[in-house]
Amino acid sequence: MNSSIIGLFLFYIFVMAIFVGFEVISKVPVILHTPLMSGTNAIHGIILIGGILILASANNLLSFICGFIAVVFGSINVFGGFMVTHRMLQMFKRKKR
Amino acid sequence: MNLIIGILYLIAAVLFILGMKLLSSPETARLGNILSSIGMFIAIVSTIPLLPGITNKSIFQQHLINYILIIIAILIGLIVGVFGAYAVKMTAIPQMVAIFNGVGGGAAALVSAIEFFTHSSNPQTISYFFVITTLFASLVGAVSFTGSVIAFSKLQGLIDKPVTYSLQKIVNAIIMFGIILLGLLTIFSDSHIIFGWFFIISLVFGILMTLPIGGADMPVVIALLNSFTGLAVAVDGFTIHNIAMIIGGTLVGSSGTLLTLLMCKAMNRSITNVLFGAFGKITSSDSSGGTTGDKTIKSITSDEVAIMLAYAQLVIIVPGYGLAVAQAQHQVRELENELEKRNIEVKYAIHPVAGRMPGHMNVLLAEANVPYDHLYEMEQINPEFQRADVVLVIGANDVVNPAAKNNPGSPIYGMPILNVQQAKQVIVLKRSMNPGFSGIENELFYNENTRMLFGDAKDSVSKLINELKKVK
Repeated sequence: MNSSIIGLFLFYIFVMAIFVGFEVISKVPVILHTPLMSGTNAIHGIILIGGILILASANNLLSFICGFIAVVFGSINVFGGFMVTHRMLQMFKRKKR
Repeated sequence: MNLIIGILYLIAAVLFILGMKLLSSPETARLGNILSSIGMFIAIVSTIPLLPGITNKSIFQQHLINYILIIIAILIGLIVGVFGAYAVKMTAIPQMVAIFNGVGGGAAALVSAIEFFTHSSNPQTISYFFVITTLFASLVGAVSFTGSVIAFSKLQGLIDKPVTYSLQKIVNAIIMFGIILLGLLTIFSDSHIIFGWFFIISLVFGILMTLPIGGADMPVVIALLNSFTGLAVAVDGFTIHNIAMIIGGTLVGSSGTLLTLLMCKAMNRSITNVLFGAFGKITSSDSSGGTTGDKTIKSITSDEVAIMLAYAQLVIIVPGYGLAVAQAQHQVRELENELEKRNIEVKYAIHPVAGRMPGHMNVLLAEANVPYDHLYEMEQINPEFQRADVVLVIGANDVVNPAAKNNPGSPIYGMPILNVQQAKQVIVLKRSMNPGFSGIENELFYNENTRMLFGDAKDSVSKLINELKKVK
């Protein structure tokens, strides 16, 4: 496959994901807005993959420094994001009767 | 990319979507978050085969220092993230979300910057598409990073007023023009130095954009910056051809945009008004309506309130951020128990922007084991106020301010409010007569059927419980 076809294929995915993102949260009640914001916040921690790939092939000082910071940041985003969401949601247990 | 990685990325994407879907209901929300985190784990682990030298020992040894650094960096992030998530008080959740979002944006900006520096000198790999995407992800990620830091400082109280100065609009316009100019220069020159300046000015723009926005609008700003980070991550996914990043980033980008719009709708403001309205500026000049000076407020003691409560049939509690600051949610829960023992119906009225974020108040009350079926959203509870005998407004202010309905000069004019004044009796628990977070005078306090119970919310509610126990 040539590169413009691959590009177009990635763009298809991008456009479909936009619609899925809209649809999937359109019925979220107001009470879950904060956990939802926090939960989606954790998902963009997937930038950690980008950071790891960059740091793995770093070969000069600038890319070592920036890559290292990017991995630390991405890792904070992933672990902190999921943990804080989990902690919030633990409080939504129904009252035991 | 090989087939197995592709399939694993697909599984991760499905788990992200399912996770977000399950977050729509309180019963399944926890499972949803766990599914998303499993998806994240799968996505990250399946990236390992893409790393250089994984199947070749000598190449691996050349990259040994890189791998050691990756592990150290992940561990640092793990410790900081987990510690932050567990140490944070529930009242400070919005700040924490802001900072977790900010670091994500910073990472996205750095990834695109290194991509540019690495590949821009090679005419084989560079294209206009490549340069434009790296510029875009750097700009959006950098704005999200510094913007989130400012949002954090505002919510944490480090910066307590909207920062406005003369020529602000002109300065922002010059910065925006500078960003466009430097971006175009980078596209045509591929210069590393110009790209560096573009990156720095993007960081500055994030600060200047967020500074004039008032603290009350920060939730909307965080939601917007959250979707910015998502978008930056998705665009980074294009630059480094990673489908997991494209899907994950885009899902957050689009859902975050919708969430931002939903929040603006709850406050009855447009997104442009939030971003460029400089909320705080109007409040200093004219918002009090000028007529409150000659009115008097009527205060009340806790034993009188207790008697009122004891003979009520329906009590509606309107919690606000003041309740959370005083950590009074457990006392409020106890008061609810005491009232329910007397067969008095208790309902909570939750304004969409109560607390510091939509849904924030629900989290705080859930922390105190208030069953969530006692919490009512604004549309459900507003018709009930006329039936209520007593309304307890605990640490809430702007969300019950009638000025939003009848004073077109007020900065919150048009925001839907809880119609507490329709109740037979309104008791406002408040620390002092200081205006609320947005700095606006509240006419409700001067109403005929309003009584003020001054003091710390926690102490006041504890006293109420004691007095109530005495009433036979």
